[in-house]
Amino acid sequence: MKRLTAGITIALSVSVATWTAASDDIEAVLQNSFVAKNQATMDRLERDAVQTACSAPRGLPLDNQSLTTLREERLNAVVMPADRQYLGDWQRGAEVAGNGRGLQSSDDPTQPNGGNCYACHQLAPDEVAYGTLGPSLTGYGARGQSEAMLQYTWTKLWDTHAYNLCSHMPRFGAQGILTEQQLKDVMAYLLDPTSPVNQATE
Amino acid sequence: MKRRNLGFTLFAVWLCSAQLAANDGVFDQYRDLMGDDNPAVFVIDEGEELWFTPQGPESATLEACDLGLGPGVTAGTYVRFPRYFADTDAVMDLESRLVHCMTTIQGRDLETVTAKPYSLRGDFGTEIEALVTWLAAESEGATIAPEQTHAAERAMYTLGEEIFYYRAGPHDFSCATCHEQSDMRIRLQALPDLTSHAGAAEAWGSWPAYRISQGLVRTMGWRLRDCFRQQRWPELQMGSEASIALQTYMAVNAAGGIMTAPGLKR
Ligand code: HEC
Ligand code: HEC
Repeated sequence: MKRLTAGITIALSVSVATWTAASDDIEAVLQNSFVAKNQATMDRLERDAVQTACSAPRGLPLDNQSLTTLREERLNAVVMPADRQYLGDWQRGAEVAGNGRGLQSSDDPTQPNGGNCYACHQLAPDEVAYGTLGPSLTGYGARGQSEAMLQYTWTKLWDTHAYNLCSHMPRFGAQGILTEQQLKDVMAYLLDPTSPVNQATE
Repeated sequence: MKRRNLGFTLFAVWLCSAQLAANDGVFDQYRDLMGDDNPAVFVIDEGEELWFTPQGPESATLEACDLGLGPGVTAGTYVRFPRYFADTDAVMDLESRLVHCMTTIQGRDLETVTAKPYSLRGDFGTEIEALVTWLAAESEGATIAPEQTHAAERAMYTLGEEIFYYRAGPHDFSCATCHEQSDMRIRLQALPDLTSHAGAAEAWGSWPAYRISQGLVRTMGWRLRDCFRQQRWPELQMGSEASIALQTYMAVNAAGGIMTAPGLKR
């Protein structure tokens, strides 16, 4: 528990001079306030360009040019499936959508990560335990399976910031949360006409 | 300690059903059924007992501990936290202030008293948890009014706000991802908007809280640690600057609200 001592010492030494310049040393504050635990390592506190751009309190204005550049960078970095097959097995996709585990310090790293889509989206109409941070995706398959639709949905799942910089949705492909096969399975869960997502309720 | 055991047995029965009861309706029924019988009452008693128990090499009680309103004053102190203390020249939350008193007044070893601030599932509660629960109860019904007079206290608020919006980790989550909009939920769990006065007041004013699903009282420090776990970040340390900054951010947003802790949570 050296760290608490460190935390208190830091608080002491910082208290005199730099109280107004919090953001200059926010990284240092975080480094002193956390400890690595299992797979949740300290490097997770470092931000990439998207995370930095999207951390402004209350959506402070960012300059348009750099936002556009960032978004285009994300779009160009999207990796489409090598075999151009976008759709996997919706039954396995249902598991991915319902699984909220993965990458937490308390999770078993040998188990596959989940996509936790239900935390934020309504999907199959008979599942009542769904969150509301994202729009309802019930009946999503009605949009069809055109090449444009497949690419749009894949891109959304791979890196949502390619279309909507600072979206609250995780970057499932770009951040390596889900594998290519899991993404295909979730795609099928969204788009397959026989998937529960696309069944009308009575 | 005997009484805690009783509490556990009583509420172990509720454990299974409570876990199914993510549904707010069922939870409300539970609350109606239990009425004012928040099992935290056992923990309140234990905290009070601990305050008056001589401990450490100095064999001293905590009665000389200054929680901001003078040595030994406990009533109405919790609602003024986090606050600046001249003797440490630092902004402290209640948890770190208690640690300070244990080491300076009782002469106890810092590493030992901070080794395990929060209990694990299935454990008995810790000393910090019991003391915080009693001290929160000593402010029950009081108006939340954290100090913001010292420059350090205001800087803590700004830092807390920045951490609240700081996106990092594999999921790009910040507190704001889940807590900056009202009427949102994750699965079935309602998410308070902690950037608003109403949301912050309800949340800040109801912790520490007895968690029915865990059979334990949890402090705000634990709540933050667990949200950071969901955020896929490393583990937040008790008494760290990030913890105190976020608590300052929430407490100041909550100012004017009423302290109702210890609360009762699913
Ligand atoms: C933390 C919350 C969160 C999680 C988890 C999440 N999403 Fe989203 N999602 C959102 C938000 C917010 C939006 C709307 C903003 C946007 O489009 O970026 C969205 C948008 C979408 C869209 C575009 C909707 C449209 O109408 O075009 C799709 C498709 C989608 N999500 C699928 C998924 C799938 C599949 C998963 C699980 C693998 C998932 N989401 C997990 C928050 C989330
Ligand atoms: C991925 C979503 C998510 C993130 C990110 C998150 N939280 Fe939470 N938070 C929750 C959920 C879900 C609950 C409700 C937990 C429950 O009911 O068991 C909650 C509960 C809380 C509560 C208690 C509210 C009450 O009224 O009891 C506080 C306070 C809180 N969070 C603060 C924070 C802070 C500060 C952060 C940033 C460090 C944060 N949360 C990040 C999902 C999140």
